Amino acid sequence: MTIPASWFLVLAALLFGVGAFGVLTRRSALIMFMCIELMLNAVNLTFVTFARSLSDIGGQTTVFFIMVVAAAEVTVGLGIVVAVFRRRESTSVDELSELQG
Amino acid sequence: MSHLAPLILVLPLLGFLLVLMNGRSLNNRMVGIIATGVVGLSFLATCVAFVLLLHDHDREVTVNLFTWISVDTLHVPAALLIDPLSITMCLFVTGISTLIHWYSTAYMEGEKDFRKFFLYLNLFVFSMLTLVLANNLVFTFVGWEGVGVCSYWLVSFYFDRDAAASAGKKAFIYNRIGDVGLLLAMFLLFVHTHTLTYLGIFSSTSLLSPTIATLVVLALLLAATGKSAQIPLFNWLPDAMEGPTPVSALIHAATMVTAGVYLLVRMSPVLALSSSGRMTIAIIGGLTAFVAATIATAQKDIKKVLAFSTVSQIGYMVLAVGVGAYGAALFLMVSHAFFKALLFLGSGSVIHSLGGEQDMRKMGGLAKWLPLTFPTFLVGWLTISGVPPFAGFWSKGDVLTNVFAHNKPLWALGVVTAILTAYYMTRLFVLTFRGNERFREVTHQHDPHESPLAMTAPLLILAILSVLGGLLDLPWAHGFSLTHFLAPTFGFVAPIGAQSTGLQTGLALVDFAAALIGLFAAFTIWRNTVESTTFEKPFFEHVWRWDDAYDAMFGRPLEQLAQVSNDVVENRIIDGAVEGLGGSVQRSGEGIRKLQAGMVRQYALAMVLGLTVIVVYLVGRVR
Repeated sequence: MTIPASWFLVLAALLFGVGAFGVLTRRSALIMFMCIELMLNAVNLTFVTFARSLSDIGGQTTVFFIMVVAAAEVTVGLGIVVAVFRRRESTSVDELSELQG
Repeated sequence: MSHLAPLILVLPLLGFLLVLMNGRSLNNRMVGIIATGVVGLSFLATCVAFVLLLHDHDREVTVNLFTWISVDTLHVPAALLIDPLSITMCLFVTGISTLIHWYSTAYMEGEKDFRKFFLYLNLFVFSMLTLVLANNLVFTFVGWEGVGVCSYWLVSFYFDRDAAASAGKKAFIYNRIGDVGLLLAMFLLFVHTHTLTYLGIFSSTSLLSPTIATLVVLALLLAATGKSAQIPLFNWLPDAMEGPTPVSALIHAATMVTAGVYLLVRMSPVLALSSSGRMTIAIIGGLTAFVAATIATAQKDIKKVLAFSTVSQIGYMVLAVGVGAYGAALFLMVSHAFFKALLFLGSGSVIHSLGGEQDMRKMGGLAKWLPLTFPTFLVGWLTISGVPPFAGFWSKGDVLTNVFAHNKPLWALGVVTAILTAYYMTRLFVLTFRGNERFREVTHQHDPHESPLAMTAPLLILAILSVLGGLLDLPWAHGFSLTHFLAPTFGFVAPIGAQSTGLQTGLALVDFAAALIGLFAAFTIWRNTVESTTFEKPFFEHVWRWDDAYDAMFGRPLEQLAQVSNDVVENRIIDGAVEGLGGSVQRSGEGIRKLQAGMVRQYALAMVLGLTVIVVYLVGRVR
């Protein structure tokens, strides 16, 4: 039996919602990163789902791009987080608000 | 002729360029020699051209130099017109200028800007010759403007003095007003005759309607009032006395002020079309002659008296032009060039001997100390006063006889002016050379010294010319007179022959009597007086309050307008708009900057909300 595409989409929406909620509510930069990853992968899931149901390889290709970009982003982002932590002994993003108008 | 004529024009320019290019390697002596030499050579070239012209059948040669402007129907050649009128002008312009250059080499000795002075002087002569020799109005205009700018430089030669700087500006601006007249005349003539060469205009005068002709004549008159210092634009000339004295002589005798009269005389075929225009010219001339003469009676500065006397004499010339006596106008112009140059250079010699003093109240008794200046000045004084047999008697008589034939009231005004002329010149003469020696305070008890030869020799030459100048145009010498020589230019002989010899003699006696009345009145009053409130009316001394009137009419309203512009337009409107724009940008920035809080989660929230809105919108559209 095949699982209907809508199940995958609902799962992706839930994952995205959890990720967005995490980004908005948590103060720790590390956890926010993880939530962003969650959101990215939720989007990846929708891409793959549509690629399969529409028989279009383009969606799967895009997912690979997103993975590469996400990997690069995490590398840079974690580097920044480590650097900030060394200076401040904290990863709370609310304390990083010097760049305000 | 075609090689000679350009030479007249080019030589002063060559001198200008030589001194300009080699300014540093030439000493003052060489500069003086070059500057005087080129003008002298130009005079010689003019003399030869004059002789050649006498042998020319048509008495009219056009020398084409090059095509200057050629656009559609406008063709302006850079060409010279050699005819009796232009050659007469050139003769006295170059002749007198040579003497003035020579005189200046001594007068300006030791001046800081000696070289610059001669640069301007040569350029001045070049401009004047361009003005006179050009065969079309546009080329004349080049000289016209050149004369204007040179006079500006020379009048404000001592530009570190406030009075000199503002006198230069005044001269320039008054001339600029006159220039508008010349430009308007050019526009009108081009629109109606499609040409701007003199001969072209003269051969198509039939295309000008009486109204247009009158407008052209009035525009030309405006131009002439500016350049020739006539009412209402006459009061720049006395201020121009701030320049060095040789400049005054050059401006008053040979160049500049004669330009306006020349223009009117040159355009005589157009003047012939408008009798109302000529009448206006005559009235302006007569009034100027009278007004300026009254002012001259009350001036205390020796050069100011002479300046107003020039205005008055030019008024006579304009009056003569107004009644159609172009020959008489030219005759007076030439003889005036002789005696006014003589008087100015003589006064320069006096001023030189007193170390720069110009106030006649601090002179007196100089006859004994200036053995060469005194007799030559005496000649100049008698000449301008109209005492026979000097040139002034004949030339002024020629003008007045012609005026008598056309307009009796203006003739009477002219005779009154003649009395005033003799009066103020005698006053000047007596105050300067006779009476007590009042100069000791100025010279620090030293004796005044006679000027060097380079200054007195031109005086002697000019004195001889003033004595003999009358021979140019004696009333009974019809075949060999200036008027006869000029006749081809004007196409007719002035109607002086219409009057009987008896009437002419009578009029001459009236002139003579006028001169004597003025002479004796001045002698009686000024023999023992230096200052007199009875005879030096403040109203006259202050130029009929003319400057004050202009100040009240134009100066102060314009100043108020400028003040209002500054207070309201500049400070409120323009600054208000600029500063208001800046202020509003700043204020809106103040408000918007609060959005940048530096809180990552806030930004994220905004993004999510924005995303939600977009999604809702897209979903709504799909439905």
